[in-house]
Amino acid sequence: MEFFLQNLINALQWGSFYALIAVGYSMVYGVLFLFNFAHGDVFMVGAYIGFFVSTFLLAADLTSALSLPPSVTLGLVLVMTLIISMFLNSFVGMLIERIGYRPLRAAPRASAAITGLMIGIILETGNLAILGPQRLAFPELIQTATINIAGVSITNKKILIVGVSILLTLALHLFVRRSKWGMAMRAMAYDYVVVPLMGISTNTIALMTFALGSALAAAAGILYGVAYPVLDPNMGILFGWKAFVAAILGGRGSILGAGLAGFLLGFIEIFVATIFPSTMRNLIAFGIILVILIFRPHGFFGEPHSAQLRL
Amino acid sequence: MTTISASWPTTRQRIRAALSKLWQPYRPVPLLGWLLAALVAVGMEQLVGLPLARTLGMSKIPALFGALVVLDQPALIPSVLLFLILIYILPVGIVARFTAPFTNKIAARLVSYPLVITAVIHLLLLYAVLHIWCDISDYRVLVARMAMIAIILTLSLNVVNGYMGEFSCSHPGFMALGAYVASVFTLVFFVSENQFGEALVPPALGPFLFPLALILGGLVAAVGALLVAIPSFRTRGDYLAIISLAFMFIVKSLFENLEIVGGARGISNQPNYASLPVVFAWTVLAIWIINNFVRSTMGKALNAVRDDELAATAMTVDTRKTKMTAFLFAAFWAGVAGGLFAHVLRYINPDSFGIRKLAEVLAMVYFGGLNSVTGSIVGAVGLTMISEALRPLEIYKWIIIPIMLILIMIFRPTGLIAFTEFNVERLFLPKDKAPEGAEDATA
Repeated sequence: MEFFLQNLINALQWGSFYALIAVGYSMVYGVLFLFNFAHGDVFMVGAYIGFFVSTFLLAADLTSALSLPPSVTLGLVLVMTLIISMFLNSFVGMLIERIGYRPLRAAPRASAAITGLMIGIILETGNLAILGPQRLAFPELIQTATINIAGVSITNKKILIVGVSILLTLALHLFVRRSKWGMAMRAMAYDYVVVPLMGISTNTIALMTFALGSALAAAAGILYGVAYPVLDPNMGILFGWKAFVAAILGGRGSILGAGLAGFLLGFIEIFVATIFPSTMRNLIAFGIILVILIFRPHGFFGEPHSAQLRL
Repeated sequence: MTTISASWPTTRQRIRAALSKLWQPYRPVPLLGWLLAALVAVGMEQLVGLPLARTLGMSKIPALFGALVVLDQPALIPSVLLFLILIYILPVGIVARFTAPFTNKIAARLVSYPLVITAVIHLLLLYAVLHIWCDISDYRVLVARMAMIAIILTLSLNVVNGYMGEFSCSHPGFMALGAYVASVFTLVFFVSENQFGEALVPPALGPFLFPLALILGGLVAAVGALLVAIPSFRTRGDYLAIISLAFMFIVKSLFENLEIVGGARGISNQPNYASLPVVFAWTVLAIWIINNFVRSTMGKALNAVRDDELAATAMTVDTRKTKMTAFLFAAFWAGVAGGLFAHVLRYINPDSFGIRKLAEVLAMVYFGGLNSVTGSIVGAVGLTMISEALRPLEIYKWIIIPIMLILIMIFRPTGLIAFTEFNVERLFLPKDKAPEGAEDATA
């Protein structure tokens, strides 16, 4: 039981990253009907932005400037890093939308998928060219403290990561369900053609979708940096593709579905890795996903749709 | 000419007019003439290439039309240009132009023979050109073989993504299946002293039974495709994209965990059966069969399914069967390409068949053009060559190529040469009496 609970905690943390990235995928897929294959690399860029922002903030030495106790400063730095990086990374997303996807609105969807793939490669290579191949160490923003509950050790980092990711996913879900902007997004997912007739600018909504998705990806990147403080330019590739699968598994246009599927993917991977040799992780995880998709073709919360592919 | 620009031609029109005037003498050159001219050019390179290159200050003949030298040592640009003009452009220009009456006469005579004979003569000439060109260096042999394998792969993916209009991500998986099955087959039967023990069959038989290995690899890939196809084609939508992606990860992971084929270390020392003529023959076969497939009733049904599945059903097309057949057919050829790939590199590991490979193949398909055999050939050869030529730029290559592809997607969203038919018969016709516009249609 303890063993199970311990792994459950680990799985929750591991799934948090997938959930946050998958939500971004799911939004773009739901609203614009596009595969944004660059999203995994947007996550990577977010982690790097977080690295630079936090390094800068730590170097600015807020402790003496604001005369705060050191532990409070560290927390302040973390919160500021999260907010600033999410803000900055949303511009990365909007830039990608503007350059890579808007010129292709009328083109076949698959062409836009290729553009996304290529933008992803540019981001990876650009990072490699500018920062070099060595890995960067993410600064330690939280002093690890371990809490023992019934033999299960939980670190404060894990609580933070899981809490923030669930909070952000729920916030986004509420935004899409309750706000007027969210209503516009859902309308666009429902009918692409009629929405402009209602006085809604599709370009604005598209930009907003990308901005939100990228902000969440940045949050995922920073949380990843907190948990595993090693950044390398290719870290987004596998994360991105797996989160993409999770997004589809959640069902088209369902934020909560994507989040849940992300956590599910995390569970499967962690439990497979503890029971079987860890090299079997992908094999079994994708096998399970394949079986789920065979029985639920439209994902957990997706509705059947017979959309004509614009190919 | 449009009425608006009737009085004063724009710069673009003037450039176009000048180019067209320059091209005028070459209009009546048939394919045969171009092949002959190319043969003369590569022959000249073989005979006088090395001394000429030495005189111009290069240590050896520039391997890929000088692209590598130009990027490495910019000081040599003039001599590379001179070399290209002397060896390639001038001979090709002169020979193609002045043998045109002669080659047209031959082409006119060849038309009266069965198509097979005409095709074989052209192919023999093409192979001769390729062989002599590759004779200069081993590097050229490798690049040519990789380009031809890329052609098979791109064509087979185009059947799914272009002709069928679905988005499949599993081609690296099919390729891996073909590559591993063919490798194990040749290693078990024809090679001694490896993890599979002694050779079961005299190794001398190997080259003759090699096609069997490739076909077996292709069939296994097709069986793998069945696993993707059965759940995928129940509904439309983006279902195939996800399932095929999952399939690709599963195959890669499977080979990483199979210790008998080396696990993550991969499998090596495949016999050297995939020589230039073998790869060439398989490529020609693939182009021929795939071209016939997409021009057949089945191919037309495939296009109908892509454009409107409901209407296709009303026209008595069995959509499910059509899609299944096409998908399995494409997977077969991807498997064959994988088998050839394994025997060209003579080393494969699961990492060769990952996301990078997927990006590469997708890029080739969309670069060349959807729904087009010519486009696939252009895309595969073009991207292989560009990727090799930009090698001296190291990682900046992976910024330039994606930018190029994004621009192509923006300005020509379906690729360079999309939605055309590859008409073999028209290709071989003499050009001197061809009516205006007929050759534009084939271009």
